[in-house]
Amino acid sequence: MKILVCISKTPDTTAKIAFTDNNTKFDVNGVQWIINPYDEWYALVRAIELKEADASTVIHLITVGGPDADPIIRKALALGGDEAIRVNAESSDSYFIAMQIAAIVKQGAYDLVLAGKETIDYNGSSIGGMISELSDYPYVALATKFELAGTKATITREIEGGEEVCEAALPLTVSCQKGMAEARIPNMRGIMAARTKPLKVVEPITADTLTRVAGFVLPPAKAGVKLVPADNVEELVRLLHEEAKAI
Amino acid sequence: MSVLIFIDNAGDHIRKASQEVLSYGAKVAEQLGTTAEGIILGTVTYDLTTLGKYGVKKIHQVKDESLNQLDTQVYTKVIAQVAEATGAQVLIFSNNVDGKAIAPRLSARLKAGLVSGAVALPDTTEGFVVRKNVFSGKAFADIAVNTAIKIVSLSPNAYKIVTGDGTAEVVNFNATVETSKIKVTSVTKASGEILLTEAEIVVSAGRGLKGPENWGMVEELAKVLHAATACSRPVADAHWRPHNEHVGQTGYAIAPNLYIAIGISGAIQHLAGVNRSKVIVVINKDPEAPFFKAADYGIVGDAFEIIPKFTAAITKMKG
Ligand SMILES: Cc1cc2nc3c(=O)[nH]c(=O)nc-3n(C[C@H](O)[C@H](O)[C@H](O)COP(=O)(O)OP(=O)(O)OC[C@H]3O[C@@H](n4cnc5c(N)ncnc54)[C@H](O)[C@@H]3O)c2cc1C
Repeated sequence: MKILVCISKTPDTTAKIAFTDNNTKFDVNGVQWIINPYDEWYALVRAIELKEADASTVIHLITVGGPDADPIIRKALALGGDEAIRVNAESSDSYFIAMQIAAIVKQGAYDLVLAGKETIDYNGSSIGGMISELSDYPYVALATKFELAGTKATITREIEGGEEVCEAALPLTVSCQKGMAEARIPNMRGIMAARTKPLKVVEPITADTLTRVAGFVLPPAKAGVKLVPADNVEELVRLLHEEAKAI
Repeated sequence: MSVLIFIDNAGDHIRKASQEVLSYGAKVAEQLGTTAEGIILGTVTYDLTTLGKYGVKKIHQVKDESLNQLDTQVYTKVIAQVAEATGAQVLIFSNNVDGKAIAPRLSARLKAGLVSGAVALPDTTEGFVVRKNVFSGKAFADIAVNTAIKIVSLSPNAYKIVTGDGTAEVVNFNATVETSKIKVTSVTKASGEILLTEAEIVVSAGRGLKGPENWGMVEELAKVLHAATACSRPVADAHWRPHNEHVGQTGYAIAPNLYIAIGISGAIQHLAGVNRSKVIVVINKDPEAPFFKAADYGIVGDAFEIIPKFTAAITKMKG
């Protein structure tokens, strides 16, 4: 079985969010980069578990980005996976990115494509759905469990206010979230092995971009907290009712 | 030309998120000088004509029972047929579970630019620019859509429901419906509970509560407020509470009217998912807890003493 795992580079969760160029660009100054947590903790680790259960499984990682994405993809390889592909292009447009990944999916005839449910920077939740459509794969979004028996997958996915268990035959695309797997830390052996694993750089295919970031805005700062003494909870209730009109 | 609004098929009722997108879509149509129409897939047990009160003139229903099960591959093809037949210019979804599953797929099929997680009406003075959440609520981005057909998925709780007294004409749309390649074997639904992402009030607790056995008082407070319950990540990780209560950067991003955080320190990753809440109340025994900086109201004190008093005071106020 061949699995393709989508890996995205995102700012660390503690990164200061600021913008430059008249609020049109994210300020990368001093920002630490990480593997998008949903890609790492859930999609990648689940793929690794599937390989641990069946050693014939092949895991490829894909990222769309410039050379500065290489340390991130090496880190992902240190966790597991056999080889990585980087499509050498930068874009904030999900459709453009999905077109690049779908092209790799078609070439590699993958049985299973795993993506994180969203990236923590653009919060698009779009890549999984878009690549499924572009490669005409069935798609299960927001999965919390994934089991495989032969070529039949049993998946638990989130539905509004509950969950659903479904079955589907491979090939398949799945977007992953909490529940799928437990986060892991790369070990020394993995880190050493990652150095020699193949990282193929390919040039992008021609694709349109459908959207463009016109600018960024920061939310307004809070006016400051109004403290109520601990022995006067009634006052808090009064304020919430009369002043904030929130209850 | 029209604005086509996707209505989730919730079976016997209309979701709050769908009421929001209908209201939002009606306004977008007004802005563009066109009409707002709804689309619903499958069968429902309530009267769809009543949805006219949110401003839609017409609802296209594809009455095929197989569509009562959401499969993105099948849905996308059906919605594309309706969009084409009605000449939809803008398609609107909620950025909830259903919208996240379908809208991106449809965007790729129609080659229509998608703005997911919109928080405001589009700016149509020059092109079509929509403000959305980015960096998990730590900022917003204005996204310009370059394509003829546009798709917007609206963040839950970001647009106020507007009702009037119209009724909608329900028309049957005969679409080609493929057989799903996904077989649903079981569905578990928490009945009667308030959806966390749709809730007006959320009561959330963190590690300060010490252990799962202490959540009874949190639930009681939530009950008197008709609130949903939430928690911080370590609480979900330790299985004190279910995963679907985890809010923050790597959990749900929510925007209730009132967020009450008890025994939560206010780490940046937690704030990311909740800072769009309109009013934030923090209860923490540590006056230096970072959460106080993001709060509107606060009490420095012991949660175990304050929660029961809080519940009692609300009960008293509600009389
Ligand atoms: C990549 C990454 C992603 C993350 N994503 C998330 C996320 O999505 N959501 C999230 O929540 N966290 C997330 N975290 C974790 C986050 O950094 C914090 O560790 C976490 O939010 C802390 O949870 P807490 O506030 O419940 O616990 P603590 O930080 O332990 O805080 C407990 C608080 O309770 C107070 N307290 C203790 N006893 C009482 C009492 N009797 N009465 C009143 N107050 C009391 C303490 O003063 C303290 O402020 C993430 C971390 C990383 C690295």
